[in-house]
Amino acid sequence: MNTKVNLAGVTLKNPVMTASGTFGSGAEYAEFVDLNQLGAVVTKGVSNVPWEGNPTPRIAETYGGMLNAVGLQNPGIGLFVERDIPFLTKYDTKIIVNVCGKTTEDYCEVVQRLAEQPVDMLEINISCPNVKEGGIAFGQDPKAVEDITKEVKKYARQPVIMKLSPNVTDITEMAKAAEAGGADALSLINTITGMKIDIHRMAFALANKTGGLSGPAIHPIAVRMVYEAAHAVKIPIIGMGGISTPEDALEMVLAGASAISVGTANFHNPQATMEIVKGIRDYMEQYGVKEFTELVGAVDK
Amino acid sequence: MAEKFREQTVIIRQEEISYGIYSMWLKTDKIAEKAKPGQFLSIYCHEGSRLLPRPISICEIDQEDRAVRIVYRVAGKGTEELSGMRTGGSLEVVGPLGNGFPLKGKKAFLIGGGIGIPPILQLAKELQCEKQIILGYRDSLFLHKEFKKQGNVYVATEDGSYGIEGNVMDAIRENGLDAEIIYACGPTPMLRAVKAYAKEKDIECWVSLEERMACGIGACLACVCKSKERDSHTNVNNKRICKEGPVFRAEEVAF
Repeated sequence: MNTKVNLAGVTLKNPVMTASGTFGSGAEYAEFVDLNQLGAVVTKGVSNVPWEGNPTPRIAETYGGMLNAVGLQNPGIGLFVERDIPFLTKYDTKIIVNVCGKTTEDYCEVVQRLAEQPVDMLEINISCPNVKEGGIAFGQDPKAVEDITKEVKKYARQPVIMKLSPNVTDITEMAKAAEAGGADALSLINTITGMKIDIHRMAFALANKTGGLSGPAIHPIAVRMVYEAAHAVKIPIIGMGGISTPEDALEMVLAGASAISVGTANFHNPQATMEIVKGIRDYMEQYGVKEFTELVGAVDK
Repeated sequence: MAEKFREQTVIIRQEEISYGIYSMWLKTDKIAEKAKPGQFLSIYCHEGSRLLPRPISICEIDQEDRAVRIVYRVAGKGTEELSGMRTGGSLEVVGPLGNGFPLKGKKAFLIGGGIGIPPILQLAKELQCEKQIILGYRDSLFLHKEFKKQGNVYVATEDGSYGIEGNVMDAIRENGLDAEIIYACGPTPMLRAVKAYAKEKDIECWVSLEERMACGIGACLACVCKSKERDSHTNVNNKRICKEGPVFRAEEVAF
């Protein structure tokens, strides 16, 4: 059985990766997860300078999901390159660095700083709903998506994945715009903007008022959007959004995802990623699937 | 790196020890052996719609029997589910988490307020020094008898039904107590008052904080607090309560 996946020229041993922001740079989860078993580790977003993030509370549980408004707290590219990349290179897994910024120049600066680093791919976060500048502002207008993709591509030495927001009317427009801008792959979906109110305190559950909804509650939306995007573009898609079991992951793959990311499920089950790797193999064995890639988009075949 | 484990623990027994306050003993494999006072556990609900672990402090550790005790208040659907669990049932736990209290041999105040009282019990059991235990309750008491075996206990209740009428600071003043070190866990207004008192008297003071958490192990950056020193993760001033905490020097953190 072959679980290998080729994403824009990068070969992953299997299609399972971590969703940015839920797994740090892997150090904390390495106590529970053998990182060597993962297709790739996608790091938390990193910006040109350290970001402090939002005030607390930053998190609230909802039915079958959770809201977060962490606000992309991160140490900045300097410390990240010094500490986090050397940590990850000790493992036999691909390294995908998620990049965030307030301006196009910020994104490009981080991308340039990563040019000579042992990093396999870049994931450009144009879809964070929790920061005032940058983030989602680049991800809700096709022209802006295409422009920033083009700019980033000028400086990138690794394949570029654009991470798209579900907070749009038509995901296919954004997917096509990223492809037109030269994106090598797409990640979708980021979180869906939501709100929770504490009726006893008569106050917002999150200090930021709004946050990004993730978890099993959003999975069907993610499957639908991956399916639509997969029919709109030729570049590979990394599917994510509420995947917590092998079954969820396989649904996403059948809808058209070439690889998948596990996010919020890590909080519920620190070993979710490894269980999904195993579950995909079990499924392939059960149905006599020799090549994982045969499953990609197979719902239409 | 402190060792932590993901285990299927078994509920040895559970009882309601005061209105809405439950005590649960869990049989663990390795958690009890490694646990220290002031650390906490991530407790996972069985109900799949509740994704996030509940961070609950460790009240007692029985290393010989490899068991840990939690005492918690039913505050929402997760803890309500927990309160309905029976002896012999299994419960998924990750722990022990966080740093715990530093054990020093100085004349100490051990201050607990409300549902911040439980972690003070194991601390009282492990501290070898003169211990003055000050417990603040809204009305009905819990665990106070168990504390009596560990030192001098002073109680304050908001309604005056037991001990001093008022809060833990009133109990300290009215009993004319003094100390060289303070350990405290409880509601934020109480911790603020304790911090101010420690500053005024120039006493070393350690507080245990809480915040909404998701991962519980330092990865998600949800449960930060403003700190004087730069934190080890982001190198800003945002220490992670689950990782660098939950116990901090009072002057080190803003709350």
